[in-house]
Amino acid sequence: MRNTRAVEAWTIGPLEHFVGQAGARLVLIMTPAGQVMAQYGFARAVDVMTAAALGAGIVASSSEIASMLGQPPFAALGHRGTHHGIVLSSFDSPRGRLLVLVVYGVETSLGLVQLFLGTLVDDLAAACPVPESRGPVLAVNFENELNRSLDALFGQ
Amino acid sequence: MSAHVRRALEEITRIRGVRGAVLADRTEGIVVAESAMLGVRREAIAALGASLVRRCGVLLEGGGLGVPRHVLLQGREGTLVAVPVTDELLLLAVGDAAVNVGLVRAELQRVARELR
Repeated sequence: MRNTRAVEAWTIGPLEHFVGQAGARLVLIMTPAGQVMAQYGFARAVDVMTAAALGAGIVASSSEIASMLGQPPFAALGHRGTHHGIVLSSFDSPRGRLLVLVVYGVETSLGLVQLFLGTLVDDLAAACPVPESRGPVLAVNFENELNRSLDALFGQ
Repeated sequence: MSAHVRRALEEITRIRGVRGAVLADRTEGIVVAESAMLGVRREAIAALGASLVRRCGVLLEGGGLGVPRHVLLQGREGTLVAVPVTDELLLLAVGDAAVNVGLVRAELQRVARELR
């Protein structure tokens, strides 16, 4: 699937399977901080960064509302427009809490996206390698790490 | 879920061999109301059933055959019957492979008329 790019290669299989099953147009898998792990369908880096930041912000805001209501964070949020709908879902994985942002069109439905999100979560958990212990993020490494991530997501 | 809709769905599940009945949103493929046995995958039935009926509608209309009145799928281990209620709602029933399909379809159409 030519439009799939990932910083962590183990996410590609589950993501491509999900896109094929759910008929999603755009997908982002990211951390709650908005750090992108994989994307499908986005053509420009700026769109990915913007969508990731907005998605992470929405989940953070709704989690605060859930906290005010004395309940755990909402598992999923959905909005439906005339031509597109979006679903934002958060889930626990071996790599900690992750978020998925899905943009879908009229050729599929919220029900199908939600149905196959469950499969995506299971597939990601199964594909995830044992987490390696990571050293501290140093300023000297930061730019290299960032460039490597951008190359993985948008490089040729 | 209103008592009226619940009663209507329970009437469908009283037919021998029927495992569950689901009222689904046709556009979004999500469950609006349901009456089903444990183990019946309500969300999957609503999502995939709505998608199936939409695609069947495209096929029928493409062939100049009008809109679907019902969709029937028979598998080795079960049966699915779907009847559109309105442009927004879809009624689905799942049952055993040997369920009386004619009776299920007639009951779904009767309940669909009631719900319109």
